[in-house]
Amino acid sequence: MDVVFLSRLQFAVATLFHFFFVPLTIGLVIMIAIMETIYARRGDEEYRRMAKFWGKIFLINFAVGVVTGITLEFQFGTNWAGYSKYVGDIFGSLLAIEATATFFLESVFIGLWAFSWDKVSPKLHALFIWLVAAASTGSAYWILVANSWMQHPVGYVIRGGRAELVDFWAVITQPFAIVTFAHVVSAAYILAAFFVMGVCSYHILRKTHVAFATKSFRIAVTFALIFSLGNILIGDLHGKEMAKAQPTKLAAAEAQWETMKGAPFVLLRIPDEENERNPIDLIAIPKFLSWLALGSADAEFKGLKEWPKEERPPVALTFWSFRIMVGLGFLFALVSLIAFWKRNKLESAPWLLKGLMWMIPLPYLAASMGWLVTEVGRQPWIVYGVMKTSEAASEVAASQVGFSLAAFVVVYTLLGIACFTLIAKFVAQGPKAPPAEAK
Amino acid sequence: MLETIWFLLWGILWAVYFMLDGFDLGLGTLNPFISRNETEKRILYNSMGPFWDGNEVWLIAAGGVTFAAFPTMYAVMFSALYSPLLLILFGLIIRGVAFEFRGKIDNEGWRVLWDICHFLGSFGPALLFGVAFANIFQGIPIDGRGVFQGSILTLLNPYGILGGLLFVMLFLVHGALWLAIKSSGDLEARAGRTAGRLWWALLVVAVVFLVATFFSTNLYANYFANPVLFVVPLVTVSALLAVRWFIAIKRWWKAWFASSLTIVTATLFGIIGLYPNMLPSSLNPKYSLTAFNSASSPLTLKIMLVVALVFVPIVILYQAWGYYLLRGKVTEEDLASDEAY
Repeated sequence: MDVVFLSRLQFAVATLFHFFFVPLTIGLVIMIAIMETIYARRGDEEYRRMAKFWGKIFLINFAVGVVTGITLEFQFGTNWAGYSKYVGDIFGSLLAIEATATFFLESVFIGLWAFSWDKVSPKLHALFIWLVAAASTGSAYWILVANSWMQHPVGYVIRGGRAELVDFWAVITQPFAIVTFAHVVSAAYILAAFFVMGVCSYHILRKTHVAFATKSFRIAVTFALIFSLGNILIGDLHGKEMAKAQPTKLAAAEAQWETMKGAPFVLLRIPDEENERNPIDLIAIPKFLSWLALGSADAEFKGLKEWPKEERPPVALTFWSFRIMVGLGFLFALVSLIAFWKRNKLESAPWLLKGLMWMIPLPYLAASMGWLVTEVGRQPWIVYGVMKTSEAASEVAASQVGFSLAAFVVVYTLLGIACFTLIAKFVAQGPKAPPAEAK
Repeated sequence: MLETIWFLLWGILWAVYFMLDGFDLGLGTLNPFISRNETEKRILYNSMGPFWDGNEVWLIAAGGVTFAAFPTMYAVMFSALYSPLLLILFGLIIRGVAFEFRGKIDNEGWRVLWDICHFLGSFGPALLFGVAFANIFQGIPIDGRGVFQGSILTLLNPYGILGGLLFVMLFLVHGALWLAIKSSGDLEARAGRTAGRLWWALLVVAVVFLVATFFSTNLYANYFANPVLFVVPLVTVSALLAVRWFIAIKRWWKAWFASSLTIVTATLFGIIGLYPNMLPSSLNPKYSLTAFNSASSPLTLKIMLVVALVFVPIVILYQAWGYYLLRGKVTEEDLASDEAY
């Protein structure tokens, strides 16, 4: 296996694993901040217990997110030296801004928050967690601006054999970046909301900590409803940006081989990549794809055959990832609606609670599929239309990368097991009894 | 001019990282040797508890700034130092989660597992950062295209290992002092004594390193060309002596600040000696990466300078405030809290 392939695999492993932890961090912290604010304003101890219970899970999750994030930043240098030299002028500065402007804030105040429950006033303490919340969302913004630049490079010029920045404002405000940010953050809220609803369902089903779980559930279900419906609209906008910026990715995501005016959307499609056709193509909605992606029912949708094979992304992987993500997105909206409708009589709907419990992994799956569409669908480019992935890797020995890849897999697997065990333990244990009951 | 400013900022970020995470790494290395029971171990972990994460961000900032301001340097440095860097990162991974995981399951085997991870994840990075920087000071075999023509064994040369040893000693003293600040009674006394004894070892390693630097690197050239620069190593030496004095009179905070100054100026001593090189090539000086041939465009450097001048002081303010807020010793009450490690 060659260095490029091994490096891609390593980056994929490292990113997907990192992103198991990031969305829960981004989403859960807001809910904890809301809980703690209610406590700080009303002095209701129940909400303090709530913030502490979810906070404990948050901290375990956060620790793994932090340590696995560092390897990502440095992998651009270790494995993608060609890329780093070529685009560091723009891409590097976005990562540096993320660290100085937001990640510092997040890390310093998470430490203060965890260790100052009894040392500062409740209001100041709540402010700490709001700063963490703002900073983690801010971090997401800068990272996604950087990623969006790889998808749709703007504000640069090629000079002296590299991409140089000419319009910083264009880079940080391009619609592609804004809509990606909205999409990812709202996915993070959905993931966290389903996590909280699932955990609460577990306790309500077992009739442990019912009042506590019901209150947490209500906060979460509101998030789930707003953002799962919202993300359908945002996802649609994202798709339209993709149609403009990355036609090959969209064509692969839909496995559309032929260019067509008024292309239909096909509900049941199984692509055959080798023969460039779709042997199964059932239930077509006429002109719907053109309308969805391009805003007009008669617009010309460019098929994959418009591009030579070596400029197309892997079709099956992109297609299936996209389908699974979108399908799950609609499922989340549907389930959120039902859960919201049943939110005051949860105990009479054990089927819903069971379903929610088993649904905890699904938003994780959807988020991973989303990243696969984003990154695999961008191929063969590392910076769309500007630099090929094959030109971007470091000139290091394949054995070196093979060895580090194996280390990543082993260390991350063990880390994942340990983290899962701990979170499961504290979830099952439930919140601490209030002081009065403990006596 | 912009390049020179950025070169200095780059050095300062690394220096602050070593100063802050230095005590964490040193204390993690010292842990198995200094703590005698579970309570002492917990005091040690909790003395770093609120701070280690914020400290580590200086590494991310240093890495990010290397990428932003000197992309070519970033690409060459980290691909050349591929294995040591990944070892450092894996070390920091197991170190970081050890804090969070260790106390969460009440089982001796579980705690021992994370104690070992914490030790390895502290000692390993401390040593390897030293090895890496000593190698940068003396130059590494990179060719005209910035491709590393050596192996990890190339980096484990006597001067590189000496650099590793120096970092470990600096961090050990620094960490022992932090423990003396945050603990009380018997543990405080032991930490202070340990710092005092380790200081002599540090002194020996530091002197050997400074002499070896004369023979193995060109760092002194800038100093002989501009003797006024000797102020920096002079501060290092005075601060190092002050550390011993403050240990003798048991002023831990002052000793720790002096130790911080030692680490910062020691790093800057190397960085200034390196200028304008960032990564000298041992194959041919023409292949060396400098602040000028590896820098970003003037526009990026300017934007990043504004970002750095606005945010870095703010970061320092709130981080220092956090240290001030939680400046007290680790008490039994602290250990009893739900969030304590």
